[in-house]
Amino acid sequence: MSSTNPVIVIVEDDLQICRFLRTSLSVHGFQVIEAGSGERGLVEIGTRKPELVILDLGLPGMDGIEVIHKVREWSAVPIIVLSARSQESNKIAALDSGADDYLTKPFSIGELLARIRVSLRHAAQLVGDSTETIFCLGDLQVDLTCRKVFLDEQEIHLTPLEYRLLTVLIHHAGKVLTHRQLLLQVWGPTYVEHAHYVRIYMGQLRRKLEVDPTQPRYLLTEAGIGYRLAYRE
Amino acid sequence: MSDLRPDPDALLARVEREENQKRRGRLKIFFGAAAGVGKTYAMLLAAQAKRLENIDVVVGLVETHERQETVAVLQGLELLSPKLVKHRGTVQREFDLDGTLKRRPTLVLVDELAHSNAVGCRHPKRWQDVEELLAAGIDVYSTLNVQHLESLNDDVSQVTGVQVKETVPDTVFDLADEVELIDLPPDELLLRLKEGKVYVPQQAERAMRGFFRKGNLIALRELSLRLTADRVDAQMQDYRDDHAIQDVWPVGDRVLVCMGPNPIAERLIRAAKRLATSLHAQWIVAYVETPELQRLSAERRDEVLRLLRFAEQLGAETVTLSGPDMSNEILNFAKSRNVTKIVLGKPSRRGWKRWLLGSIVDTLITEAHNINVYLLGSPRGEDVSAQKTPKSVSRLKSLRPSYPWGRVKRRWLNGGWALMMTSVTTVLAWLMSGKFESANLVMVYLLGVVFVAARFGREASVLTSVLSVAAFDFLFVKPIYTFAVADAQYLVTFVIMLLVGLIISHLTSNMRSQAKVASHRERRANVLYALSEDLATSRTIAETARIAARHIQDEFGGNSVLLFPVGDGQIVYPSDPPVPESLRATDLGVAQWVFDHAQIAGQGTDTLPGASAVFFPLSGFRGVIGVLALRAVNLRRVFLPEQRRLLDTFISQIAQTIERVRFADEAQQTQLRIESETLRNSLLSAISHDLRTPLASIVGAASTLVEEDVLLTALDRQELSLTIYDEALRMSNLANNILDMARIDGGQASLNRQWYPLDEIIGGALTRIHKRLKGRSVNTKLPDGLCMVRLDAVLIEQVLINLLENACKYTPAGSPIDITANFSAHMLKVTIADHGPGIPPGAEEKLFDKFYQVHREGTQSGVGLGLAICKAIVIAHGGVMGASNRQGGGAQFFFLLPVDEAAPQVIEELEDE
Repeated sequence: MSSTNPVIVIVEDDLQICRFLRTSLSVHGFQVIEAGSGERGLVEIGTRKPELVILDLGLPGMDGIEVIHKVREWSAVPIIVLSARSQESNKIAALDSGADDYLTKPFSIGELLARIRVSLRHAAQLVGDSTETIFCLGDLQVDLTCRKVFLDEQEIHLTPLEYRLLTVLIHHAGKVLTHRQLLLQVWGPTYVEHAHYVRIYMGQLRRKLEVDPTQPRYLLTEAGIGYRLAYRE
Repeated sequence: MSDLRPDPDALLARVEREENQKRRGRLKIFFGAAAGVGKTYAMLLAAQAKRLENIDVVVGLVETHERQETVAVLQGLELLSPKLVKHRGTVQREFDLDGTLKRRPTLVLVDELAHSNAVGCRHPKRWQDVEELLAAGIDVYSTLNVQHLESLNDDVSQVTGVQVKETVPDTVFDLADEVELIDLPPDELLLRLKEGKVYVPQQAERAMRGFFRKGNLIALRELSLRLTADRVDAQMQDYRDDHAIQDVWPVGDRVLVCMGPNPIAERLIRAAKRLATSLHAQWIVAYVETPELQRLSAERRDEVLRLLRFAEQLGAETVTLSGPDMSNEILNFAKSRNVTKIVLGKPSRRGWKRWLLGSIVDTLITEAHNINVYLLGSPRGEDVSAQKTPKSVSRLKSLRPSYPWGRVKRRWLNGGWALMMTSVTTVLAWLMSGKFESANLVMVYLLGVVFVAARFGREASVLTSVLSVAAFDFLFVKPIYTFAVADAQYLVTFVIMLLVGLIISHLTSNMRSQAKVASHRERRANVLYALSEDLATSRTIAETARIAARHIQDEFGGNSVLLFPVGDGQIVYPSDPPVPESLRATDLGVAQWVFDHAQIAGQGTDTLPGASAVFFPLSGFRGVIGVLALRAVNLRRVFLPEQRRLLDTFISQIAQTIERVRFADEAQQTQLRIESETLRNSLLSAISHDLRTPLASIVGAASTLVEEDVLLTALDRQELSLTIYDEALRMSNLANNILDMARIDGGQASLNRQWYPLDEIIGGALTRIHKRLKGRSVNTKLPDGLCMVRLDAVLIEQVLINLLENACKYTPAGSPIDITANFSAHMLKVTIADHGPGIPPGAEEKLFDKFYQVHREGTQSGVGLGLAICKAIVIAHGGVMGASNRQGGGAQFFFLLPVDEAAPQVIEELEDE
């Protein structure tokens, strides 16, 4: 294992999950560092300077969300949150606090690796310049410089807000965005409580961009949390 | 045969008594004829004996009177320190009740049962302290002289000429478990007295000249011996009762004592007590309140109350009867309670009055056929005053200037009306005179009397009668303008006129007061009705408390509060916000006492009279359930017999309501417990099956991978890993379902309803279940346009997923699934239909039950919770869920959600922004 391998800090108190993550992630070329508590995790993140953090929300002692807050004070390292089911409010809180993505237990290693890749790619984009001017996803093509959207070579007319919503999603392609985050970035801070705005515009967008809005291919819904633009691997 | 059986009532009473005794401590009284016979000495000797038996004996309080023998025998016994009570500058040694209760000895010695406690102690009397000790299960030894027994009070004072103030109710003596008579012949006692063994010499001198005369001592000795003999006799009776030695035993003898507000009442009660004791009979003291007696002054009514309480102390049951006719009420009551003997005072009406107006005694004697009537005589002179006093007192009172101004004013007003009416009738008669006979003029006057009697009551009409006679005499009887009468015949006219006038006054005013009593009664009935009506609708204890406080304030004035114990029996102040009628703060110590002892206490009672409120125990079916604290504005409004009775009814109504509410709560809790028990059982059996199966696969596959690694080909490994993966997912689904059910069923899931486009929800569900569909085609048919619905997206998505999973599970692979949605005016209907075998007939409803599965032992896994969860979620949204077979084969599941709000609007953006 060379020192150039990307470092991942896992903050998780369950030993079995730690074992499984360590084994699977090592196989995929990551250097894994484990921390059993939030406090320990903060120390590891501060000293090891990892490329990514996997954080369990239900930790003994310091709460996972608190860890996110603390980390975000001095680092933009991507954080993927693990949580049990039926804790939508916790997930939203984690995402709004600055977590990059979430996974619900139980999850497969494939899902986790996909999320890790998306997060690492986004981190890389933030560091370097995003040179991409044309975004392609299946039949969908968006010319970000000319502000034009094509579906199957046909130009689709979008309203300014619909377009802005789409570009925000494109900038975070593959990442989940909460209703609040979308409202903040598209409508501005005064509209953060109007979650139905996002849903209505998302509905309109789907009608324009999806073949069957009830079986979407691009604009995916994360029930109770927000939306995610499908990501091409 | 049946005659030989022991009387069941008697046996029951005995069992009850014994049960009480089991919990209570035992009381032994060392009983003597006079001071100095050696009671305390004997008690201490007995205590020493107990101490040698290793019984935890302590001396609560013993008066040694510095007698050396007594002090000597005190050696080695544990002495409790007395409570020092300061009273008017002097410090008194009192028995420390609380200290003893805290110390909790097995046996405590408390000397002089009849002692009166100093002001500031919990109880005014020491025997009450002893009662409390017994109730707490502590055995007590105490001493008592015969002259201190309540019922003998009269006799002793007659014999010795000394009025004893400190008395003990006979019930205490009667209920003592053991009485040991300490007997000493009078000569020996006098000798001891002379030797200075009883009192110090100077005191002894005085005592011998006064109380300790030989004659007195003999009489007292006789009394005490007789009393002890009575007790032994009663024990014998008990024994015979137990062993069914059936002699003639007057079963159910009941003595009824009728008392009025006169001085012989107390004697009557004492005499009746003795009669009842000698007959081993129950006895009841009744006070009949006639309209006339309701006009008694407050002090005299208090006296009646005191007498009733006194009777209770002697062991009587007391009742207050009310009605216009005393004898009638007494008879009815006597019949209803199977009274065999009635004790009365001698008739108060005498001579012509008795002959003319009758007497209660006469009526009772004639009417009571199976009841023996006993009349109690009174010493000469006393009975005269007995009947005179009340009248003179009331008359004196009524003329007192300190009488309420309203009454005085009304009296003057009555005089005025009488005068006016007489003038009117006189004018009428004047106009008629000469043309009519004078007999007709008399009629006119009588008419005036009737009118006044009907309108202004007895006083005015009596005055009118007298004035009319005077006016008639003065103006119309010759010689005119003088009161002299020429014709003697007119004297007869006057007398008859006056008599008729008086009788009319009497009858009419009686009628009026009866009407008043009736209206009082009606008002009370109404008040009670209003209370019970309100209580009937009460569903919670807090509500009951509020209703109670309001009604008690309306009826009795003052503030009240219901106090209940918390888990450990500790009375606490309620935490609910008080209503304006509530008593804000109160002495919880008194409340606690009342709760523990099931007795009334506080202001105006015998126990803790210094408290600022009266505390009533709320007695229910299962003992005392709480305490009512009442701070009355006017105590008389609470303690008047008829009010007290009303309050008792109030209290029992309130107690019943509280019990009803509690029972209802308990029943509901039990129901819930049973339901959750059943649920848990079926859950356990379902889980044990459905969790074990995948677990077995996982463990098997994993162990093969671990143990047989070398033997396996890559393909085998792949296969086994896949098994583990699939089975784990199955278990995960199962766990999710169970958790969802628990969350929704437990009412913990609060809906997070927001506006969503319908296609988003369906889209979300389809995305999540994409893998399970395995390439099935799903046809969705939604209404045109953006359908916004307000729902909890996560939960409804779960409904859709469960329905789609079911469709996948129960239909052939690859068969299509149809999702349709349509709006009606108030409803959104979503249907998921498949092309499978359909639902077995009759199972449409059962499908939604928990743990129901179409194929019980089939290969399809699951606990049968999926549809139950769906239904619970839909119901939580206020919707309806159902299933049916579709025409042309296949099953369809649908749910209806109410659409009762207008969808939110979005500010339209300008196209060319």
